[in-house]
Amino acid sequence: MNNLMSGNEAIARGAYEAGVTVAAGYPGTPSTEILENIIQYPGIKAQWSPNEKVALEVGLGAAIAGARALVTMKHVGVNVAADPLFTAAYTGIRGGLVLISADDPGMHSSQNEQDNRYYGKFAKIPVLEPSDSQEAKDFVALGMNISEEFDTPVMLRITTRIAHSQTLVQVSEPIQPVKFDYQKDAQKYVMMPAYARARHLVLEERLKDLADYADTSPCNKIVWGDKSVGVITSGLAYQYVREALPHVSVLKLGIVNPLPAKLIHEFAAQVGTLYIVEELEPFIEEQVQVYGIACQGKYLFSRIGELSAQAIKAAIEPEPTADTLKALCVSPDVPARPPVLCPGCPHRGVFYTLNQLKLVVSGDIGCYTLGSLPPLHAMDTCVCMGYSIGGALGMEKADASMARRMVAVIGDSTFFHSGLTGLLDVVYNHGTITTLILDNRITAMTGQQENPATGKDLMGNPAPAVDLEALVRAIGVQRVQVVNPFDLADLKTVIQTELAALEPSVIIVRHPCVFVDPASPKPPVVVNEACTGCKSCMKLGCPSLIYSDGKVEVDPTLCNGCNLCIKVCRFGAINSTGKEAGN
Amino acid sequence: MKLDIVITGVGGQGAVLASRVIAQTAMAKGYQVRTSETIGMAQREGPVISHVRIGDDLTGALIPDRGADILLSFELAETARGLSKLKPEGTIIANTAQIFPVSVPLGISSYQTETILAALQRPQGKTILLDASRAALEAGNAKTVNVVLLGVLAGMSGLPFTAEDLLASILKQVPEKVREVNRKAFEIGQRLAEVS
Repeated sequence: MNNLMSGNEAIARGAYEAGVTVAAGYPGTPSTEILENIIQYPGIKAQWSPNEKVALEVGLGAAIAGARALVTMKHVGVNVAADPLFTAAYTGIRGGLVLISADDPGMHSSQNEQDNRYYGKFAKIPVLEPSDSQEAKDFVALGMNISEEFDTPVMLRITTRIAHSQTLVQVSEPIQPVKFDYQKDAQKYVMMPAYARARHLVLEERLKDLADYADTSPCNKIVWGDKSVGVITSGLAYQYVREALPHVSVLKLGIVNPLPAKLIHEFAAQVGTLYIVEELEPFIEEQVQVYGIACQGKYLFSRIGELSAQAIKAAIEPEPTADTLKALCVSPDVPARPPVLCPGCPHRGVFYTLNQLKLVVSGDIGCYTLGSLPPLHAMDTCVCMGYSIGGALGMEKADASMARRMVAVIGDSTFFHSGLTGLLDVVYNHGTITTLILDNRITAMTGQQENPATGKDLMGNPAPAVDLEALVRAIGVQRVQVVNPFDLADLKTVIQTELAALEPSVIIVRHPCVFVDPASPKPPVVVNEACTGCKSCMKLGCPSLIYSDGKVEVDPTLCNGCNLCIKVCRFGAINSTGKEAGN
Repeated sequence: MKLDIVITGVGGQGAVLASRVIAQTAMAKGYQVRTSETIGMAQREGPVISHVRIGDDLTGALIPDRGADILLSFELAETARGLSKLKPEGTIIANTAQIFPVSVPLGISSYQTETILAALQRPQGKTILLDASRAALEAGNAKTVNVVLLGVLAGMSGLPFTAEDLLASILKQVPEKVREVNRKAFEIGQRLAEVS
């Protein structure tokens, strides 16, 4: 039967068909929907872990215990999970272990566009790369088989366009869930120097076997066409090549680490000009050049952003310019439309206040990163999950006076992910900074996933909810305050008080995200004739406020009645249409 | 048979639903389909683009520049943003209603309505402009802009499915309590297409 599935839906299905019984991950675009979809299949224990390192450790533990395990994360999540990953290559597994790395060329929703195929070479593990949803599904089972046959974790590397594109998938019946017996084997699983040295030898031998496998693997295929031009490609780039150059010969790689050296030599020997077409880095090309094979690649294509069929066409078979220009539609200037915080977002009042107080803001990753954009303009740094607190402590160490005019801002889920250790460092190393934990009761940016504080797990079952105040106190923070971000006056006072305190403080800014707030939406606001058009409310950056002809108007279809604009209007020109004003 | 449709709009307007119902409808008719959608940060009131490819032998899910047969757009400026995806002889079906990004009142960028409208009138290719937002309100729910425009799309010739097929897919996708309002929105769209 054919189903229309996104790459992420297909991977979830693939795990089910391949007898996976344990799945763990941390939400991150473009990987999130894999685990959200996996819970529909019986027999799989799936979970959101607090971060990617823990998720991979759960997966590895499950695999060592004999189950087949799937672990999912976005590309930067693999950086967090790199520590167990590199040594898992030494220990190997018992049940199959497949790690999904969802890369984001073009940075649709990410802070960088690293090419995680390099992790395959670096960690010495096989990397599979699908080119559509069918392969995304099939490569999970293939990855499990490779994992068990060669006793290694396997990376399945996808990109945003694979994850979020839907293509037809032929589904199959699942196999029986796989479960080998657990066997104690300290020399294999206890990686202290004496044992690890022996395992490194095993790993290097395994890589030779994997290289032989790559040469014969059915997931690498040659599509013969005109032999004057040959293209070596993988992943989504294969689809772009088919679209741009349907007549050429193509070696399409399904396994990109290790590369099938013999197959590449054979292909190269039979074609005229050889091109390597790959998105982001010249990962394949560098190795083909080391083989001594003449080829053309990255100097024709950018290593920045996404590849496209037209970029390939223009580089390899450029069309006469005159025709191209004639065919062009003329696009006029269009207004910039940066993403903004949703109407009613509890973060808005926080960044409005931080902007008013002109504070240095050490920021973090989540919806609230949008607080850096105009008009809120209230973030100075954003680097990686958890950076805000450690980064702020570093700023204080560089200039002690900064602690009095700086805050670290981090979301609830990001705090559990990797803010805890930063806060511990603040307490331990005599920091005095103020940390705002924006507790909106959900992991919001990726589409409302549960986390250790929400009281629910991924499967929808009730779960213990961590007591954030108690947790922060246990770390050693004495000054802990809880405020409602819609009470702007209180928020401002508390921030000023805590900044003045010469010891670490945590302000838990607590209000549920509009998507999980049972009280949302409330009746919209209306603007009355007292509006002077001063635009004070526009400084909130709320998409439901529109400025036209010298007055502010409200789009009632967008407004969700948070009433923040009522509080910032000095002329009483905005009213609630609900029975009670305020929150 | 080969039909490439690009859908543009602002995050929250329902571009994902639109691309999925078109794809599902074509698939039910036995065609190969591929779609690609904007999911993630840009969904927060940012520009979104969906690609729907229908045919017998498809390659990637992304439609190359100047490759789309139809540009279906939920917002005026987003129509202009998607223009480079359209074939010179391709059809535009677009909402004339405007959503002003916060960058405009802040003076960071400008929304040049006249320039945009002028650019949509091309030497070749049909252009259907209509206020789908008003039509959605008429139907009884401002969030049905996407379904109004699907109703307009259903009136085009050369589609691999009938208007009834498309409506049935929509009604299958939306929750029961909004089925009637979506049916009404679709029918208003169909009527608007007849007079355009």
